[in-house]
Amino acid sequence: MNWFYFSSPSTFYGLAGRLAPWFFVAAALLAAWGLYLGLLVAPTDAQQGEVYRVIFIHVPTAWMSMFLYFVMACYCGLSLVFNTRLSAMMARAIAPTGALMTFLALWTGAFWGRPTWGTYWVWDARLTSELVLLFLYFGYMALANAFEDPRRGDRAAALLALIGVVNLPIIYFSVQWWNTLHQGSSVSFKGTSMHVTMLTGMLVMSASAWMYAIGATLVRVRSVILERERRTAWVRSLGAA
Amino acid sequence: MTDTAARPQAEGSFAAGFSWAMARDLTLAWRHPDEAVLTVAFFALVASLFPLGIGAEPQLLARIGPGVIWVGALLAAFLALPGLFATDYADGSLEQMTLSPHPALGWAAGKVAAHWIVSGLPLTLLSPLIGLQYGLAPDTLGIQALSLLIGTPVLSLLGGACAALALGARGGGMLLALLALPLFVPVLIFGAGAAEAQATGMSPAPHLSLLGAGLIASLVGLPFAIGTAVRIAVD
Repeated sequence: MNWFYFSSPSTFYGLAGRLAPWFFVAAALLAAWGLYLGLLVAPTDAQQGEVYRVIFIHVPTAWMSMFLYFVMACYCGLSLVFNTRLSAMMARAIAPTGALMTFLALWTGAFWGRPTWGTYWVWDARLTSELVLLFLYFGYMALANAFEDPRRGDRAAALLALIGVVNLPIIYFSVQWWNTLHQGSSVSFKGTSMHVTMLTGMLVMSASAWMYAIGATLVRVRSVILERERRTAWVRSLGAA
Repeated sequence: MTDTAARPQAEGSFAAGFSWAMARDLTLAWRHPDEAVLTVAFFALVASLFPLGIGAEPQLLARIGPGVIWVGALLAAFLALPGLFATDYADGSLEQMTLSPHPALGWAAGKVAAHWIVSGLPLTLLSPLIGLQYGLAPDTLGIQALSLLIGTPVLSLLGGACAALALGARGGGMLLALLALPLFVPVLIFGAGAAEAQATGMSPAPHLSLLGAGLIASLVGLPFAIGTAVRIAVD
């Protein structure tokens, strides 16, 4: 089997089209299961009452916001080092979903903060660095689209994304490095301080967000491929058929 | 001196490229001093707007002084960024530099160093004077200047990378702001934090150490990124 068969935009276009619906179906099923666990089954939190149920959206989107940036930066590195066309297109396709996840994490965090902390927003390290992440996504998208030549935009934005990777460990460790109002992580590889149903619901919702992100990226990369390759024979034959 | 150094030599080196680019940009800045003067004037103006807008109670001014001075210096350093590569890009000098035998790392670092001497260093030297206007204590003034001395080179390096990436892009200054200002945030936090810690009687050492660590990391990594960005721009 040739591992590079799908690294060409023309072959990947078809594969992405076939795979994307499955990821959306998986995302919907997992979301239904996760929300059922989270909203109906999981017990009320001893300290926070019902408000804590924001966690089932907040934590998965926050995880995905960082993870998607990491994946995007990996594609950017690939595109800079090996000059592969599809990597740059994948990075472009991930960025809007990453920005969406970052925005949702900040937004749900604000609604969680209001009843528990008494304020929508504080300038602590976790919130500030997550806001910087949102602006990194915006900067990436703005720079990628700021040039006549899309390849030039790819390369400039890829370098920017790689510089911005420094922000990821800052977000992740901010609750340990600084004395933040944002609570520390309840989940680690060693164990958890959460009720097991809460944890299951959160992990299922995370898997759902992950599946959604893959599906959305695949759909978006198809448009990017079509736009870039619109002058090639294979795209024209798509229109003719 | 610049004439002999400007002639391309068969073998390039980091040091030769660095010193050539730095000498060239400093000569240019010396012959057109208005740009450096404007940067400093902008800094002084912004810093004097705050007391007029917020109110001039001495306690309030001493409280907000370190932060305002840092934000003013950051904005002044940001506004000086387009001059770093844009004119050389427009008239083709940048393309000639990429053709020179010296590594891009060298002359890019030299240009940024010259840029810092023209923008960051005057801001640092002026900051105690502005701090006096805000009624900061002498030891706070010293820490403030020290934090600017460590922090403004980081701003020049980060801003230089963004300015090189944005060469020839649509959206000009606004795009550069979107790229550079989020990256400036950690520098601002630790820089202003150092002076504020000193003002409130705590030790500024942790902030200064983190700022210094940022400077070392930037010195190692960013000249390479700037050189790569310039190569992307002139390709």
